[in-house]
Amino acid sequence: MNHKNALTPWLFIGPAVLLLIAFSLLPILVSLLISFTDMNLIGLRNWDVISFVGFENFIALFQDSLFHRSIVNTLVYVSIGVPLVIVCSLSVALLLNYMTNKLFTFFRVLFYVPSITNIVAIAVVWGFLYNMDVGLFNYILNTLGFGKVPWLEHPFIAKISLIILAVWKGIGINMLIYLAALQSIPRSYYEAADMDGANKLQKLRYITIPSLSYATFFVTVTTLIGWLQFFEEPFVMTGGGPLDGTMSMALFIYESGFQYNDFGYAAAASLILFVFIIVATLIQFTFNKSKEN
Amino acid sequence: MKNRFEKLFVTSVLVVGGFLVSIPFIWMILSSFKPEREARMMPPTFWPQEFTFEHYINLFTNLNFGTYFINTMIIVLFAMFGLLFNTMAGYGFAKFKFKGKEVVFLGVLATMMIPAQVSMIPVYLLLNQMGLTNTMAGIILPGLIAAFNIFLIRQFMTTIPNELIESARIDGAKEFRIFFQIIIPLSKPIIAVQAILTFVGAWNSFLWPLIVANDQALYTLSVGLALLQGQHSSSFALQMAGATVMVIPVLILFLIVQRYIVEGFNTTGIK
Repeated sequence: MNHKNALTPWLFIGPAVLLLIAFSLLPILVSLLISFTDMNLIGLRNWDVISFVGFENFIALFQDSLFHRSIVNTLVYVSIGVPLVIVCSLSVALLLNYMTNKLFTFFRVLFYVPSITNIVAIAVVWGFLYNMDVGLFNYILNTLGFGKVPWLEHPFIAKISLIILAVWKGIGINMLIYLAALQSIPRSYYEAADMDGANKLQKLRYITIPSLSYATFFVTVTTLIGWLQFFEEPFVMTGGGPLDGTMSMALFIYESGFQYNDFGYAAAASLILFVFIIVATLIQFTFNKSKEN
Repeated sequence: MKNRFEKLFVTSVLVVGGFLVSIPFIWMILSSFKPEREARMMPPTFWPQEFTFEHYINLFTNLNFGTYFINTMIIVLFAMFGLLFNTMAGYGFAKFKFKGKEVVFLGVLATMMIPAQVSMIPVYLLLNQMGLTNTMAGIILPGLIAAFNIFLIRQFMTTIPNELIESARIDGAKEFRIFFQIIIPLSKPIIAVQAILTFVGAWNSFLWPLIVANDQALYTLSVGLALLQGQHSSSFALQMAGATVMVIPVLILFLIVQRYIVEGFNTTGIK
């Protein structure tokens, strides 16, 4: 394309590129640097007292039982939450795809709404619902004849409670992706299957699910990355407790950095989280490739 | 006959599912109008026996929610400038040829991989170095640009015919005039969707205000609500009122424009 001034494109992309360099790329370098130092609140004011500590932060992290706990918890979140989100959003999408009328459009909006709602507000509301003594959930269970469930008071049940909330929030956006994918499957596939006398389950198993493989791949990768960064739910609802049972890696990084002002240590932990994310993404990509071949 | 049964089955599953999904919202709104004592009552009342606005009044008169609301709106306003930068960048990558374009664009896409939890420590240190901690600028700047939005806008703009831009240039139009008077009107569908999502994102922004603002005068609604939950941990009706203030504006906006978002997904290329 002809344009006289070679600077023109840079005027358009310049502001965005500069901001991305300043707040995305540069920080990664800074993070790499400070993870090898003992940067803390004093170091923040006076750079002279910061010293290079080699791999000390990383070694300390590998010996920190709270960090171990946060990794295990995060893996529990991911391994239960991600499959649940995929199954739930696919099921909702299949149900919604069954018909098109006003009622179904309404349901599509309804299932989407949680995903645009503020996470702090959601956590506050669910905190009330989960309350052991005056919460709605325990009241309902009580009228059905069950005892009180310590939703947020037991280390393992609390993890499950946070997962339920996050799945509720995560369905919307992924359901839309699945719906878009479902609507792009050619009708002729189903017509051919009808002629061969295939039943509904066979059509689902041999046409629908395989046609959704790209959508499933996309949903898996984005959900996985999101769940590895699980933060607001434990931050607002449990503060990582009880007994560190809901402490996630992201919350650990936040607390080391901004509650204990141990910036070097927190940066080191954040790089380990980054490695987790990259590895998870790469595994997904290779898995998807080998499936395609 | 079988078909009718199936329709009934699917519809009733959706009705039950939809009800379960909306319980938190229903309970939030109803509880926010109950006096504190009633909200904690066992067995609970469904409809407020004693209907009260006291929590809403309390939020805005004693608990600074007015300030939080203004701060949130300032962030929303600046996020729209961010959207302008994203749109400009999308146009730059879609419609210009220049040296190093591929490398720069790949760099932009690479930033999508970097999660906020990884950049929060270094960004805080950088902002501190620039003297921007505990300022509005410090809260706004880190979240201004979103690589994914640049990507989506670029995808859309590549479909605009080059001839339109060329003929405007021959007529002597300046580059930014072409951008504002030809490109933006043609890109309305994608910009509308992006504007709504940008509004929702800015309205809900939590992490940067939480980290950067030390002063309550700079808190946003979500940070203020988290603070409220910590300080009034047993005032459930008050918390529900705070949550309602956060949720309802987005809900109303979304109900008005939902058609564009829900259908917009078909045009964003995720298939």
